Amino acid sequence: MRLLEVKDLSVSIHGTKILDNVSFNINESEIYGIVGESGSGKSMTALSLMGLLPNGSKSTGSASLSDTDLLKLSEEKMCSYRGNAIGMIFQEPMTALNPVQTIGKQVAETLIIHGQANKKEALEIAREKLNRVGLLEEQFPLDKYPHELSGGQRQRVAIAMAIAMRPKLLIADEPTTALDVTTQSQILNLLKSLVEEESMALILITHDLAVISGLADNVAVMQKGKIVEEGKTNTIFKEMKHPYTKQLFSASDHVPERNTKAEETPLLELNHVIRKYKLPRENIFKAPQTFTAVNDVSFVLKKGENLGLVGESGCGKSTLTRAILGLDELQSGEIFLEGHHVNAGKKLDSSLRRKMQVVFQDPFGSFNPRHKVGRLISEPFYLIEDRPTGDLLKNAINQALVDVGLNAEDAEKYIHEFSGGQRQRIAIARALIIKPSLIVLDEAVSALDVSIRAQVLDLLAELSNKFELSYLFISHDLSVVRNITDRVMVMKAGSIVESGDTQKVFENPTHPYTKELIAATPRLPENLTT
Amino acid sequence: MTNFPRTLIFGGILFSIFLLCALVSFVWTPADVEILHITARFKLPSAIHWFGTDHFGRDIFSMIMVGARTSIAVAVVAVGIGIALGVPLGLWAAANHGHWLDDLIMRGNDLVFAFPSLIIAILITAVFGPSAFNAIIAIGIFNIPVFARISRGGALSIWTLDYILSARVAGKRAFRISAEHILPNIANLLIVQGTIQFSLGILAEAALSYVGLGVQPPTPSWGRMLADSQTMISIAPHLALFPGFAIILTVLGLNLMGDGLRDILDPRIRRTQR
Repeated sequence: MRLLEVKDLSVSIHGTKILDNVSFNINESEIYGIVGESGSGKSMTALSLMGLLPNGSKSTGSASLSDTDLLKLSEEKMCSYRGNAIGMIFQEPMTALNPVQTIGKQVAETLIIHGQANKKEALEIAREKLNRVGLLEEQFPLDKYPHELSGGQRQRVAIAMAIAMRPKLLIADEPTTALDVTTQSQILNLLKSLVEEESMALILITHDLAVISGLADNVAVMQKGKIVEEGKTNTIFKEMKHPYTKQLFSASDHVPERNTKAEETPLLELNHVIRKYKLPRENIFKAPQTFTAVNDVSFVLKKGENLGLVGESGCGKSTLTRAILGLDELQSGEIFLEGHHVNAGKKLDSSLRRKMQVVFQDPFGSFNPRHKVGRLISEPFYLIEDRPTGDLLKNAINQALVDVGLNAEDAEKYIHEFSGGQRQRIAIARALIIKPSLIVLDEAVSALDVSIRAQVLDLLAELSNKFELSYLFISHDLSVVRNITDRVMVMKAGSIVESGDTQKVFENPTHPYTKELIAATPRLPENLTT
Repeated sequence: MTNFPRTLIFGGILFSIFLLCALVSFVWTPADVEILHITARFKLPSAIHWFGTDHFGRDIFSMIMVGARTSIAVAVVAVGIGIALGVPLGLWAAANHGHWLDDLIMRGNDLVFAFPSLIIAILITAVFGPSAFNAIIAIGIFNIPVFARISRGGALSIWTLDYILSARVAGKRAFRISAEHILPNIANLLIVQGTIQFSLGILAEAALSYVGLGVQPPTPSWGRMLADSQTMISIAPHLALFPGFAIILTVLGLNLMGDGLRDILDPRIRRTQR
């Protein structure tokens, strides 16, 4: 039976067209996937169904949910639909819950607002719903606060809130993007079972084709506010009629061309590195407790090698990065770069420091917004005694920008004039400008759209061939690590549990944790990728 | 930036009027404020004496102009002391976050904050003698922790950003990072706080002069004009009215300016308004 019928939905905000004649239908108990890159209009589609469009937006067309046109409802009427007939969950579980209210109250709130239950009944239903999403009473009583839960558990609470009124339609906007892979697969399974058991339809919005492919019955591919291709998931992925679908697909599993040429000389060597943090003092008379973030890590990165380091959030990846870069003091162990001792935390010799550079994840927080690009990327020159000046400096900046595929004129611009992908190129230019031998890529492509990510990966491969660079590639994304590294290490709770040749580890994982990680990673259907 | 908030425009105009008065008073005033004309005392506002004359026959309009000079000069220097000492302290504390130096600086701040500022200002001027210089020092000292705290708070949030890490990877020291990366990015906070402290400085100067601990006669000051007119309020209310309005309007202008500046400089507020 048809549940939702969206017809010619167009939205413009302050005159800018955001959605262009979007039409699709959803049946009861169906999982409908909407996939696309950032700015394609997938979230706007969801927000217009919920009547949550920002001020200054105009929408035309219709969206009928069991014969009621959602677009024509007044704000007052819409309020009785939100949370009641349509539930919604968002990407960021950390901010989706009110930190000063218990989880029980927050789930019960929806029921009380819609006049479905009095306080006592609402709390009983809340308990039932929390059980349903896998948060059982013994461990998760109603009076827990959000800060006592992990990201995945919070997302479960958000789901419990969304399904409290047994809505006919649930909209999930990137529900697992902020979660680790193992948590992601649990949440996706939960959503799937809810659809089956509660006979509810689900709109699953994501940028990740692999997530959609394993879950959705039907899928729509969006680009620039339009649905470019729509149909049964299997058919779409098999036929890929539209060039954009093809492009998305190949970009999702992109393998950059590289000449592997790892030499035997070690470039970076870690011996039994231990990094501990002092926790905040709980009692003024007791010594503060310590937390071991990196526990006895040893490895060797050879010259010209791409080494991957994978692990879930909180496993100590970033702490290890900072230790390698010589930013934090070690509690025990040693780090050598080209045979020289990296005296972490102490004054590090600039001749040693200039051999390693770093590219961070966030293309928005990585640059001082008040400086021009030329000044931003020439910052590492500070490490060189006879730093170039005048025309020499200008040439070096221009060369670095051209090397990463930008123009020399870009040096005069400010960082806000660039897109996420371009900023990441600028970050690479900054790392490259003093010709280091090692670049640490800390989740360097995680925040990018798949097609941009493929381009940046190509760029990295090209640069490593050209300048004989070695990469330490740190990521939570196993498929990317698989395609760009020679060797991989798997980190869990501060220790490296498995390491070896990338292909071997991925094909024959030995440690149970590695097996779990690989099993949890959503994969594109094998027969379709070729 | 084409449409400035109305508060900024109105506040700016209001403050500019007084600033202009202060500047013009250096070269020209309608009458000499240090010469007494006892015969022409208690004159009501007229074409010759726009705001009338006081109990010594001095031209009130001229006194307001020179008083603006005093008020603004005291406030500028006091805010200057606050910024010059407070901002480096705050940046230093932020750079040493988690170290005992941070604690030392911030607890020192709390100590200064703990005293009611005007009482201490009165104490300082009472001990060292009433003068404009001592008033400036007293008001200035209490601006230090305000700027230290606000710059530390702003700096701490910027220290966590990735571009600070890459500056550290480039081998830059905390001092250089603070000057190159932190300071420009907290400048908007400081400008907004600066205008607000400026208005508080003017109020503090008026209060100190009112109790006779600020600028000494014969230099006119709005606060002392108020104090002098107090006993004559029933026979010549205009004596109190004009300096009172001068204080109110300057402070109002500065506060509106601060509000407006915050609207255009603070990106967080700018976002929620749209």
